[in-house]
Formats: sequence, C-alpha cells, structure tokens
Amino acid sequence: MARAVTTQHKTIATAAAWIVALLIFFPILYTIITSFKSEQEAIQGFNLIPSGTTESYAEVQAQSGYFKFFLNSVILSVGSTLLAILIAVPAAWSMAFSPTKRTKDILMWMLSTKMMPAVAVLFPIYLIFRDSGLLDSRIGLTVMLMLINLPIVVWMLYTYFREIPGEILEAARMDGASLWNEIIYVLTPMAVPGIASTMLLNIILAWNEAFWTIRLTTTNAAPLTAFISSFSSPQGLFWAKLSAASTLAIAPILIMGWFSQKQLVRGLTFGAVK
Amino acid sequence: MATQQTRSLARFMMAPSVVLLFVWMIVPLVFTIYFSLLQYNPLNPIRDGFVWFANYKLFYSNPAFFAAILNTLTIVVSVLVITVVGGILLAMLLDQPIWGQGIVRILVISPFFVMPPVAALVWKNMIMHPQYGVFADIARFFGAEPIDWFGQHPLTAVILIVAWQWLPFATLILLTSLQSLDGEQKEAAEMDGAGFLSRFIYLTLPHMSRAITVVILIQTIFLLSVYAEILVTTNGGPGYASTNLPFLVYQKALLEFKIGQASAGGVIAVILANIVAFFAMRAVGKNLDK
Repeated sequence: MARAVTTQHKTIATAAAWIVALLIFFPILYTIITSFKSEQEAIQGFNLIPSGTTESYAEVQAQSGYFKFFLNSVILSVGSTLLAILIAVPAAWSMAFSPTKRTKDILMWMLSTKMMPAVAVLFPIYLIFRDSGLLDSRIGLTVMLMLINLPIVVWMLYTYFREIPGEILEAARMDGASLWNEIIYVLTPMAVPGIASTMLLNIILAWNEAFWTIRLTTTNAAPLTAFISSFSSPQGLFWAKLSAASTLAIAPILIMGWFSQKQLVRGLTFGAVK
Repeated sequence: MATQQTRSLARFMMAPSVVLLFVWMIVPLVFTIYFSLLQYNPLNPIRDGFVWFANYKLFYSNPAFFAAILNTLTIVVSVLVITVVGGILLAMLLDQPIWGQGIVRILVISPFFVMPPVAALVWKNMIMHPQYGVFADIARFFGAEPIDWFGQHPLTAVILIVAWQWLPFATLILLTSLQSLDGEQKEAAEMDGAGFLSRFIYLTLPHMSRAITVVILIQTIFLLSVYAEILVTTNGGPGYASTNLPFLVYQKALLEFKIGQASAGGVIAVILANIVAFFAMRAVGKNLDK
C-alpha cells in the first residue's frame, strides 16, 4: 500500500490492537500466572505477580499422574492423524490428478459426514465399543478420531495436491522417468509441505477433541481432555493445581498452533479462504 | 490420460476412504433411527418395545426437549452475532499498520487452540467465579455486587465462553480475507472521496462476504454440538436452563438410560444439522468450481 501512514494513526491503532489482544489473551495469561502461585495465593484476589513456586506442577504429576494423560493425548492425536493421512493420501491423489465427473460429489459427500452431530450416534457407538471391548482403549479412540478427521484430511490434501501442476509429471515421463522415480523425485518433494500442514492442523484438532475422548474413556486411554474435565468437581478450590494442569495441557498445542495460522485458515475453510 | 486402467486404479485408491466414511455414517445412524422408535431402557426392560413415534411426541409434551432446542439455537445465534461482528471489527483493526503485528495476531488467535474443557474450567473458576473470579474482583472494585454467573445467567455464561473460543477463528479468517483486498482499489475509493463508512459498506463488506459466509457456516456446525463447555461449567442447569440438544441426548442416554428418547433427540439433531449443511454445501461447492 502506497498510502502514507501518519505516526499518530499508527500509534493509536497499535495501542487499540494491543489492548484488545491482551484482553482476549488474558484468561490464558492469568492461568499461566496462577499456575506459579501457591493455593493460598491463588484465591487471595486479583494479583498478577506470582511467588514463582512450581509446587503445583509437581503435585499435579504426583497426585494424578499427568504424564500418562499427556502420553495418551500424543498417541491418540499423532496416531489418528498418521492413520488418516495413510488412508487419505491415495484418495486425494487420485481425485486431484485423475478427476472424474463424480469427484466433486464424492468430496461434498465426505464433507457432509463431518456435519453429522456426534450426539446423534453416541449410543450406537457406545454399544459397538462396549461389545467389542474397545471402551477405554487407545486403538478404539484412535480409529474414532481418525474417522472424525478423515474428511478434513482428504479435503486439505486434495486442495494442496491440486496445486501441483500435472504437466510436470508428463515432462518427467518424457524424460524417461519410471513411475517409481516419478513418485520419489518429482511428486514427493512437492507433496510434502501440503502433507505436513495437513498433519499439523489435524493433530491440533484431534488433541482438542472433547466429546468422544471424554465419553469413551475412563482411565487407560484417557487423554488430557478427560483429565481436565475431571477437575470440574466442585469440592475444594485447587486453582493453582488446576492452572498448572491446564497450562501443561494447552502449551504444546498452543505453540504448534502459532506456527500453523495459515494452514488453519485454509484447512478449516476447506480451501475457500486462503 | 484417463484409460480404463487408470480409472480403475483411481477407484482402488479412493475405496478405503469412501468405504470407511460410508460405514461410519450409515451404520450408527441406522441404529439411532431404529432406537428412536423404541421404548428401550437397559435398566428397566419390562416395558421395552416398539412405540413408533411416541419418543418424538415428547418434543411437544416434555418441556426439557423444547428448552433444549431453544437453548441450542440461542447459543448458535448469539455466538455467531458476537463472533462475526467482533471478528469484522477486530480484523479491520489488525489490518491497520501497527507495531508488533505478529505478536498481536498470536495473542488473538490463541484461545482457539485451548481445548474446550480447559477454556470452560478457566472461565468458570478464575474469571466468573462469584467469589474469587476476576469479574467479581472488578465488580467489588467498583463497589458493585458480583454476579453469580452460573447460578443466575448460566446460558449467558456458556455463550460468553464459547464466543471467546470462536472469536479468534472468525477474526483470523476475516483478516486473511481482508488482506487480500486490493490496496489500489481502496486508494481509488479514497481518492474519489468515499468516506470511511461508504468504503466499508461498498468495498470492504462485499469483499469479505464469502469469508463471512464460510465463518457462519463452519461455526454453526461446531456450535450446534457444544458439549464440553456445558459439562464442566453448569452441567446443564440450573434445571434445564443451559441444556442444549447434545447435552440432553447425553443425559438421556448415558445417565438416565432412556435410549429411545435420546435417539429421537439425536435424530432431531441430525435434521437440524442437515438444514445447515444444505446451505453450507452450496456455499463451499460454489467455490470448488473456480
């Protein structure tokens, strides 16, 4: 933009933007601050400067074994994402490079499965899981999260693959590249960034999924969403501990999220806004 | 290129995704529809049997069902209004030249990455708690009586929490759209003497219209199934004051074991979602052609 921007304009805009941003971020910030307070400090009224104790973190691990839930979250989100990628890549690939008349309908239909409310199938799924011994198992939940995110994965991969020019494949073929060489040297390097972004977004979505992960687990397979929900019982005010647990639960994904802003827009709007 | 061979290869490559999603969609749904026509209580099987549409009639006679549908729609509409209007304003603010824009963006987007149970618990205990919450501190500072959010305004409290989670999403997408607006067009409009308001109405808003549509549609899908936020804050209460359809179905199915009623609720939820999906598909589909 060639418009001259006055310093005054910029100062006002900056001040306004920072105030709003800090207000929006405040609950997260305050959680992090509170996690470094003692339980007594935490309920002594508004206070932005903690004493800096880390006893809450130690206690969260000691009392409830935070690390086990963390590990489950990692296994479930990464596992379900890898599984979804494995199944989706061939589908997205064939739709992007040899589309037929029905390709668009199939994509639309896949998207429509995403719109079915989870509650509608809660009981049948619960029964199926119970009768096949999948309740509270990592395998069952991994498959579940994979199914939930599969439409988004196919869609995202499709929009990325579609941007790979088809001519480049023909050129490689003309130069005598075998199918195998074509895949290894031409296609893979171009597809990797798209696959990586897709994985990133889907790990975030799976990590934060808070319906099936709470309802289909009890202890063994319970990830952080279920762990945090167990803090909702009203007895006692353990806010420092709650804050420490919350901080631990959101920190990894918050940092990943910051790096994936662009992909987030694209992935969640199914390529409609870039 | 499309020979018979490549076509069958393509079919083979798509098969796993298509079959999986088909089974995932159809099998549980058929069960749910079937259950919704039954009187079915695993704890009290004496009266079990086929009752046709009796479960659906409860939507007229049982106030809980009606309240749940109303609450579901209230949550969807209120959160949409807050996030879309707030998102437009915020996106326009962040589109200005400012110092530290990268950090501001990171701060604004962060709530979206917070898992729903954490968001709900943090707001419930640290922000909205009638005694120790920040809101209570602020109220006391001004000499006012702190509000008992979850006792007196449970639905409003839930809406605020959910809106906080989705405002970043709306802002980010609208900002992305805003940044693709041609600077020269803006300049030309300015030179022609178009004021801020007319620039906004005739240039900015039409440019953002598709992004706004997408935001509304996608949020609606997720907002129709708000669950964890209610579970950890109000647990649907007091009474049914903050029970939405997903929460009611959960209560009926897994707490009261009234499977027939729960399934009927589920079917209604599907119908609601389908009405939304119909419009969503058209909007997203249009974009595919481009």
